[in-house]
Amino acid sequence: MKTSIKYIIAIFAIAFTFVSCSNDDETTVNELDGITKIKEITNDTHTIELYSHEGSLEQGYNEITLRIKDNTTDKYIKNAEVSWAPLMHMTSMSHSCPYSAVEKVTENGTLYSGYIMFQMAQNDTEYWDLKIDYTIDEVAYTLTDVIDVPASAKRKVNTFTGSDGTKYLVAYIEPHHPKVALNDMKIGVWKMQNMMTFPVVDGYTVKIDPRMPSMGNHTSPNNVHATQTAVGGLYDGKLSLTMTGYWKINLQLANAEGTVLKGEEITETVTASSIFFEIEF
Amino acid sequence: MKKLVVFFLSFFFYFSFSQEVDSLKTKELKEVLVVGTKAPLHEKQGKTLATLDEFLQKSTKVDLIKRGAYAWEPIINGMASERTVITIDGMRIFGACTDKMDPVTSYVEVSNLSEATISSGQQGSYHGNTIGGSIDLKRSQRQFTNAGWEFFVNSGYETNNRQKIIGSAINYADSLFYVDTDVMYRDAENYKAGNDKEIHFSQFRKLNLSATSGYRLSPNKNIEASVIFDRATDVGYPALPMDVSLAEALITSVKFNYKPNLEQIENWEIKLYFNTITHTMDDTKRPDVPIHMDMPGWSDTYGFYSKINGKYNKHSFLANWSSFYNRSVAEMTMYPSDPDENLMFMYTWPDVRTLYSGIYLEDNYGFNCHTNLKISANLGFHNNNVASDFGLQSLQIFYPDMEASNSRFLKSIATNYSYDKNGFSYGVGMGYGERAPSVSEGYGFYLYNSFDGFDYIGNPNLKNEKSLEGNATIGYKKSQWQTKLSASYFHIYDYIIGIPDASVAPMTIGANGIKVYTALEYATILSTDFAVSYQLADDWIWKGQLVYNLGKDNESNGLPFMSPVNFMTSLGFRPGKFTSEIILKGNATQTEYNAFYGEDKTPNYAILNANFGYKFNFDKAKLVLNTGVENVSDSNYTTYTDWKNLPRMGRNIFINLMFQF
Repeated sequence: MKTSIKYIIAIFAIAFTFVSCSNDDETTVNELDGITKIKEITNDTHTIELYSHEGSLEQGYNEITLRIKDNTTDKYIKNAEVSWAPLMHMTSMSHSCPYSAVEKVTENGTLYSGYIMFQMAQNDTEYWDLKIDYTIDEVAYTLTDVIDVPASAKRKVNTFTGSDGTKYLVAYIEPHHPKVALNDMKIGVWKMQNMMTFPVVDGYTVKIDPRMPSMGNHTSPNNVHATQTAVGGLYDGKLSLTMTGYWKINLQLANAEGTVLKGEEITETVTASSIFFEIEF
Repeated sequence: MKKLVVFFLSFFFYFSFSQEVDSLKTKELKEVLVVGTKAPLHEKQGKTLATLDEFLQKSTKVDLIKRGAYAWEPIINGMASERTVITIDGMRIFGACTDKMDPVTSYVEVSNLSEATISSGQQGSYHGNTIGGSIDLKRSQRQFTNAGWEFFVNSGYETNNRQKIIGSAINYADSLFYVDTDVMYRDAENYKAGNDKEIHFSQFRKLNLSATSGYRLSPNKNIEASVIFDRATDVGYPALPMDVSLAEALITSVKFNYKPNLEQIENWEIKLYFNTITHTMDDTKRPDVPIHMDMPGWSDTYGFYSKINGKYNKHSFLANWSSFYNRSVAEMTMYPSDPDENLMFMYTWPDVRTLYSGIYLEDNYGFNCHTNLKISANLGFHNNNVASDFGLQSLQIFYPDMEASNSRFLKSIATNYSYDKNGFSYGVGMGYGERAPSVSEGYGFYLYNSFDGFDYIGNPNLKNEKSLEGNATIGYKKSQWQTKLSASYFHIYDYIIGIPDASVAPMTIGANGIKVYTALEYATILSTDFAVSYQLADDWIWKGQLVYNLGKDNESNGLPFMSPVNFMTSLGFRPGKFTSEIILKGNATQTEYNAFYGEDKTPNYAILNANFGYKFNFDKAKLVLNTGVENVSDSNYTTYTDWKNLPRMGRNIFINLMFQF
């Protein structure tokens, strides 16, 4: 009996040692956890490292994180003011796309982040470049480079003219990793004000109807249409996926009055909407 | 020769003994059916190698839902699997098919069994929480005799579906040790309904092996190990959209039996058991399936029980502590026509773990030799846990606040008073019982029911279903006459059934909609049956039976699978070694049906069966030959238990041979 008590104490002691060790480890946070470097862009003074979750960019909505390294000290700059401007060089013209401001991720960290929604992919003759302007201690710098934006395998962006004559852009953002569950869904809705300005559209509703064309085009229950939680923000909804496989998420864009500007309701005869996203998992 | 005499003596002893058991059990609303080749009375049966389902069909309390020629689902008092308990020697087993294509009874064979005890309503709560009742399938009851070696060869053939039956048994027993082994194989092709109409996808093939061995540790202690292996392949279900490529079960147990030298305690039995089932549905042989899919399911159960029975003054008591742990998983994988597309996968049973532990107490108080009062109570703890995160998140689409674990207590109490004097007997009983929702009812995810054409969704928020029950029997036995009328009435609160939810779209191609398991405020079921027999002369016996069930929900709409007037009458002639019987059975038109559950008005029918048997005795051997014709007039008919009006078998001639040496 006595020996067994000793054993139990010993086991607990060992367990506590391990617990305390792992606690120590957790205190060091790696800023780069979960993101992978896309590329580096260099000028005379600084090197900017671009990161994303996937380690690459793609047609559609991209969350991009960056940090700025001083080429002489090899230190990362924590107090820069950063902005960016993507530009598509087409054969006949140039245009931009929806993008956000660039903000610091944490106050004491080295990372800055924002989003860019590339509504079209590059091709042999047409390409995107990214211009980054930044100010450090009131000195302005700039740097521009070509970036790779290949086409997405599945439809992630819809660009269309609504029945009100406005040109809209609707992009799939989340879930990154769809599950057989009621997924939190995020959608972006912008309009084209001019070739360079694409502001967020406020107060609309993106109606969603996920369907499986390979399985009788059945839908799923308890989806929640995406709406804005804050002016200027992205749209949040709930996407229910009842099984793995290929899903077509049929969309309808409705304005604040509830008028559908684009997209069709799915019925026996209308099996797909003219605007949709695709996912496969 | 000596052996033969001993055999016959023991045979007659058994015969008279079991007759007594029969009448004794009648008091308790129990019915004991001889079902297996291991029963001493087995060779008295008209069709010795009939399937277990055919044997169960003889009970007035039991009917069977038929989705094909194989694996019929027993219903007791009109109530199906969820509301009944089916055990094998007290062991809990749960089918692994989400579409109820594998009731527990499909994993055993008549060669494994001796008899089936059918208990109505709360009388069956000894075996587990039930509403409708229970069936306990008993294996061999051999003991440490000095029988030595015994060899049996069984063989049969049926003309209608070309069913070939072959089996054998080898038994050995001495005063310290016994072992029983048996094997049986059935292979059937498609059967033909009346007028030679072939029912495609009604074939089956089944192999069953079993062994039981006992060892006497001391004069009052013995230990027994038992195993059943059952494997059915290429089983067609003509009434369903899918067949089964494999249904396999391994059923094992170890039992310890102790008869203490105490006045009050007669016997103490402890059993540990484990069973595992694999069930694989298959649609690859069906033409024109809208989408090919795989639907495998698994069910593993670990359990034990410890029961003590004894006597104290005029009390006979029984205490049973039983527990089990079950794991049920079922998946569905659909194959898109584009091979580059990802497979469509879901859990239809999300790895549900069920833990149950309960205590059952029963006391039988004999006021005198005529009057008896039985009281029983059962209290159990029941927990469900969804072990798969994938499955839990799937269900949370419907129930966002659902938790993985759900616990409940299940209570049951019953009392029966019986009186028996000068051939006149009556009994009255009351009972209250509860049951937990089944895995499908609680956690099923898009389970397609081809009967009503709806996809079913489980509901983890269901309350216990509760039944308040009253029953009565009255019987009279005088010289040649024997009659018995019995009735049970169930008032079931929070009656669980699927209710359409128009806001949810179905998943299955061509389905009518979605039904979500919901509790009706109440439902009622009345179950009645009448049995009569008359000994016309020494060798002639006439029997008759009538069954009628009526089920209504809280809005007076009918419940499914309630028996219309169902009758059977037979005339038996059994002089010496020759036996013969002619049976007429049928249903009146089903007037109480409910289209809401996929039912329609099944027309009346009547069919005639006849069988003949002869027993040849040789020096050291014995041969029992049975032959008969079923559905003599080759009628094309269907009954209220036939899934989607699947026509039953047309004329069939069978031959069964049993050779013992």
